Amino acid sequence: MSAILDEQVVDSAAIASASAKRKSLWALAIRNPGVIIGGVILLAMVVIAVLAPFLGTIDPTRIDPAARNKKPGTEITHRLDDGTSLKRVAIMGTDSLGRDVYSRVVYGTRVSLIIGVAVAIIAVAAGLVVGLISGYIRWLDGIIMRIMDGLMAIPGILLAIALVSIWRAGLVTVIFAIVVPDVPRVVRLVRSVVLTVREEPYVEGAISVGTPTWTLMFRHILPNTVAPLIVQGTFIAAAAIIAEAILSFLGIGIPPEIPSWGNIMAEGRTLFRVFPHNILYPGIFLALTVLAINIMGDGLRDTLDPKMSKKV
Amino acid sequence: MTASASPSPSPVLEVRNLTVSLPTGADRTNAVEKVSFTVNRGEIVCLVGESGSGKSVIAFTVMGLLAKALKATSGEILLEGENVLAADEARLRELRCTRMSMIFQEPMTALNPVMTCGEQIDEVLETHTKLDAGQRKVKILSILERVKLPDPERIYASYPHQLSGGQRQRIMIAMALVLDPVLLIADEPTTALDVTTQAEILKLIAELQESQGTGVLFITHDFGVVAEIAHRVAVLRWGELVEMGPTEQILSRPQQGYTRMLISSVPSIHPQHRGTRKDGITVLRTEKLGKIYTGHGLFQKARVVKAATDVDLDIRRGETLGIVGESGSGKSTVARCIARLIDPSEGKVFLGDTEIATMPAGKLRPHRRRVQIVFQDPYRSMNPRITVGDFIIEGPMNFGLKREEALARARKLMETVRLDPNALDRYPHQFSGGQRQRICIARALAMEPELLIADEAVSALDVSVQKQVLELLDEIRQRLNLAVLFITHDLRVAAQICDYVAVMSRGRVVEYGPAEQIFGSPRDDYTKALFAAAPGRHWEFGKFATA
Repeated sequence: MSAILDEQVVDSAAIASASAKRKSLWALAIRNPGVIIGGVILLAMVVIAVLAPFLGTIDPTRIDPAARNKKPGTEITHRLDDGTSLKRVAIMGTDSLGRDVYSRVVYGTRVSLIIGVAVAIIAVAAGLVVGLISGYIRWLDGIIMRIMDGLMAIPGILLAIALVSIWRAGLVTVIFAIVVPDVPRVVRLVRSVVLTVREEPYVEGAISVGTPTWTLMFRHILPNTVAPLIVQGTFIAAAAIIAEAILSFLGIGIPPEIPSWGNIMAEGRTLFRVFPHNILYPGIFLALTVLAINIMGDGLRDTLDPKMSKKV
Repeated sequence: MTASASPSPSPVLEVRNLTVSLPTGADRTNAVEKVSFTVNRGEIVCLVGESGSGKSVIAFTVMGLLAKALKATSGEILLEGENVLAADEARLRELRCTRMSMIFQEPMTALNPVMTCGEQIDEVLETHTKLDAGQRKVKILSILERVKLPDPERIYASYPHQLSGGQRQRIMIAMALVLDPVLLIADEPTTALDVTTQAEILKLIAELQESQGTGVLFITHDFGVVAEIAHRVAVLRWGELVEMGPTEQILSRPQQGYTRMLISSVPSIHPQHRGTRKDGITVLRTEKLGKIYTGHGLFQKARVVKAATDVDLDIRRGETLGIVGESGSGKSTVARCIARLIDPSEGKVFLGDTEIATMPAGKLRPHRRRVQIVFQDPYRSMNPRITVGDFIIEGPMNFGLKREEALARARKLMETVRLDPNALDRYPHQFSGGQRQRICIARALAMEPELLIADEAVSALDVSVQKQVLELLDEIRQRLNLAVLFITHDLRVAAQICDYVAVMSRGRVVEYGPAEQIFGSPRDDYTKALFAAAPGRHWEFGKFATA
């Protein structure tokens, strides 16, 4: 060996300097305007959800027959259970049962965010496992994909109606109903990534040095799915929040006493012409949240997905 | 830079002091720097250079097709005296096809897959001429005939995917020449083609330019092609013109060191005498090895493709067996069957005394260590998310070596492949193509294999880097007494490195024997045709006349 070394040492000079370290995708992502704008709005929503009791709200389920259908800005005197009375301005008015719309909208943020995040995580996790198996174990592929085709053929809303009529309406039922039709989309995405990556020479190289299948999947294949899955996850979250609102609006989602944006809008539907505030404010929150998630998702796709990035 | 002996004095294309700048953040400021050259009527000028030398940038600048990020900052490009750089988009569109045309490397992607070939040529005529439909069709059929496509009527109505690669390139040439431009730019037009097809296309281009008097700017990295067709050669490096002159002069009496280095890196097509067969132990033997692919869909009839049939090979310790052949000949299939990356359909593969062709995957694992493979594409062979160190030690650690021991082995191997052992914590993107290929070799060696398979391992590399990697491979083979299976489409590379050669065509080995014998006196007709097609076979590169 020494003979070789004497003859010509290493061309270390030609190796790019260590400073050329790959910029982490996150470092790139948080510089994208879409990610920043969407992220800030979402963060605000999270803060609102977490701090709901401290934002000048009252019990969102509290019915006050004396203060029904008040327009935004009306001053209301609440008679509390301990006999004292509380004077406050209902900045978003009250609904037909005298509940404070502002408090309901603020608390409703919790339901929407929980649904969005839960659906995204569950759908991505389930889709990832099934997609990896389908993409890597060839003989299972046909069977799994036909099942997924079947799942995709079920309209989400109809499935939710069916599930709610079998089980009782509730958060878990709603999440499940929204997750099921989303799983096949994730499976298809993961499968397509796996099918491409498994043909890469570096995967074949790993096979030829005896890397066990599980290591191969987790070390060489799985990391490639992360970026597209994050992007897909954001869109699933946005769609889930809307789906929840639709289900609640139709009266088949979250039980009506629990404040969710869909429920508030459903409640305000009958008196919409006279008291539009019942639909307006939850509608604004819903639109803003979904828009924020979508803007962030677009931004993430621009930075994380190399196929979408612009060429020099 | 003495450009003399030009066939005709009037230049079709004159490039003066051209500088094209790169966007900020690139590895250099200018893609092309102060390049001047001319192409005369009826002359083929070759632009030669390694990747990144700026040869394609020049071609695209002339055509006015430069990517937006690049800008021609100074100089002029005169096409029959008219400055192309000053022309507006409308004028450029007029000039393209009528005065200058371009053909590209990959004819499949350059043609529109949803239009018939006839329609695509017709589009050119419709845009640039006032001929009626009937006249256009006559003209198209005659140009199809001129580029020697059989049955022009059928070709006219064919879609690109129905034609072979060579035929598609002929369509491109027909489209480029249908309006008799004075300048034809050919950007690596034969690189994606097989050697026999390449020979035909080169001949066609030479014939057409001779009969039309077209000036041709031919871009290539292959000195064989240069020797075959060029009248004059311009050598580029890092965007600068190193040397320019008549082909004979550049190839035999290059003035510049870089040119000399480049030309002497071209492997000779005559195999060196490598001694008689050592009575080594047989490492690998295949018996009637075959691979059949059956494609089947849910509602389709099964489609059977015989990728390899009855392949009998053997390799002994310390020997290199080359498998040469054109694309689709089954050479990679054989390599992958031997490495058991795919399962052979028939026949036997003996690794030493162990038969591995039918061995179930579970039992196969201990034998995986014994055969290692280096792939063609150095950019896709390494997981971009894993450091070079982890990449090299992955295999040994799979077989129970401790991390520290494996890393120590990796450091030694980095020295063996002449890379800095301290670079183990770097990521693949920090290395060049040649360096990566060495890392892949180091990783293969880390498994202490008995057989090393190099599947087109040097095909993606520039000729000077290719030479280094070939030398390294040969040296490692000798020192470790390794058996090497070398898959290549490049006859020169095969001649350089192989003790034995198997020529494959359509899944079968048509000729098999010592390299000297096969290259010296081929017996099979296909082998003869293959060798006859090798570009620049009459030229012995690197034998310079004393200047």
